[in-house]
Amino acid sequence: MTTLSAQRLAATFVDVADTLIDEFDLVEFLHMVADRTATLVGAASAGVMLADERGRLEFMAASDENAMMLELFQLQNSEGPCLEAFRTGRPVVNVDLGGAADRWPLFAPRATAAGFASVHAFPLRLRRQVIGALNVFGTPTGGGFDEADVPVVQALADIATIGVLQERAIRHGEILTEQLQGALNSRIVIEQAKGAVAQAHGVSVDEAFGMIRAFARRRNRRLTDLARTIVTDPATLRALSR
Amino acid sequence: MSNPGDRVAAVRRLIAEQPPRPGGQGLLQRVCRAAAGALTASGAGVSVMTADGTRGISAASDPASEHVEELQFVLGEGPCIDAFTTARPVLVANLADGATRRWPAYAPLAQEGGLRAVFAFPLQIGAARLGVLDVYRDRAGALTSDEIACALTFADVIVDVLLDRHPDAGTPDATDAVAYRAELFQAQGMVMVQLGVAIDEAMARLRARAYAEDRPLGDVARDVVAGRLQLDPDLP
Repeated sequence: MTTLSAQRLAATFVDVADTLIDEFDLVEFLHMVADRTATLVGAASAGVMLADERGRLEFMAASDENAMMLELFQLQNSEGPCLEAFRTGRPVVNVDLGGAADRWPLFAPRATAAGFASVHAFPLRLRRQVIGALNVFGTPTGGGFDEADVPVVQALADIATIGVLQERAIRHGEILTEQLQGALNSRIVIEQAKGAVAQAHGVSVDEAFGMIRAFARRRNRRLTDLARTIVTDPATLRALSR
Repeated sequence: MSNPGDRVAAVRRLIAEQPPRPGGQGLLQRVCRAAAGALTASGAGVSVMTADGTRGISAASDPASEHVEELQFVLGEGPCIDAFTTARPVLVANLADGATRRWPAYAPLAQEGGLRAVFAFPLQIGAARLGVLDVYRDRAGALTSDEIACALTFADVIVDVLLDRHPDAGTPDATDAVAYRAELFQAQGMVMVQLGVAIDEAMARLRARAYAEDRPLGDVARDVVAGRLQLDPDLP
């Protein structure tokens, strides 16, 4: 990327910080971080995974969310840049997917087939703990990093961490666990809602996600609250296309 | 960090090793005893609840735990009720530290009974909320991250037990081995609409289908999402 202007960077940080208000929705927030990361570095796609306390990485949000991307994230429970960044606590930068078949025999060919040329991952760090990873996918024409870019994207990953710690003051590890498990469960509710909407409206799960987000915006509702209502109240499910 | 699938197998083994006691209430009680043992707790309790928070069946590892489990529903407040309502764990490492402000009736009574710490874990998968697992300790102090992983695994296994309506915990289950978990949750939502049932019932039906066909749950879920499989409303 290298041509990143300080002005654009500052604007992004202000935007993101602006969203950190009371009652913000964590999935929406992480989606925005992913979105801005992808735009800022000229990458094709970016996404965030959080670690479950059972030691599993779960997908939370991506700039470009569809079944194919979801699979690329979920694969990373066995191998891939997110898993490496999560385990080592260090960024994984500029891995050329064409030459990564030995390193990631499952992940690399799938990511290549999806049209990506390079991949990067940055740990979401909280003190000595790593709670997830920010994943960036580059195309042959964009998304490559040089030395100076690394701390910038790491800063975006740190912002994602702050979002997870939405409690005013995380005094104890207990509250982090409560918050993290709550967020991971919210993401499951969104998947359930996607399935329900897809079935009820005869659309794909990817289209269903688009409908849910559009409805949440129109009605000014938090994405995860709406998803929960969709799954528990058939009337909301029907009203979605209106 | 051990593999989540191994954790599930280990928890199921601990439950299977619990001897049934004369006059015991069966599986849930054995689960509570296994959880109390594995988490070096003074006791554990499970309350099964309906979506509106009404309590159905409950079980506990011992009479004292049964009493505190009961207490929350008598008073209408406590970590268990909060865990259910907020759909997040509620971890109270020291009941003497501010808990009385949060639960003015429950906290003093629980401490009188000798409790020092309570850890409540929702029994849930997404929007399906089935109840809460409570872990009680007679000493203050946080759970370690390993213990939290263990408690969450117990919660997963209890959810499976409740959804399967099994007479016994049975063999290690494939839930945690499902590679594409998003598809499993999407399939739950789809089956809910296909059958016109609640989300927890949809989960139970999906699992029943996988058992009946002796196929991994993930494969059945994938077929549902791809539109290759519709569940039959007339089959249980």
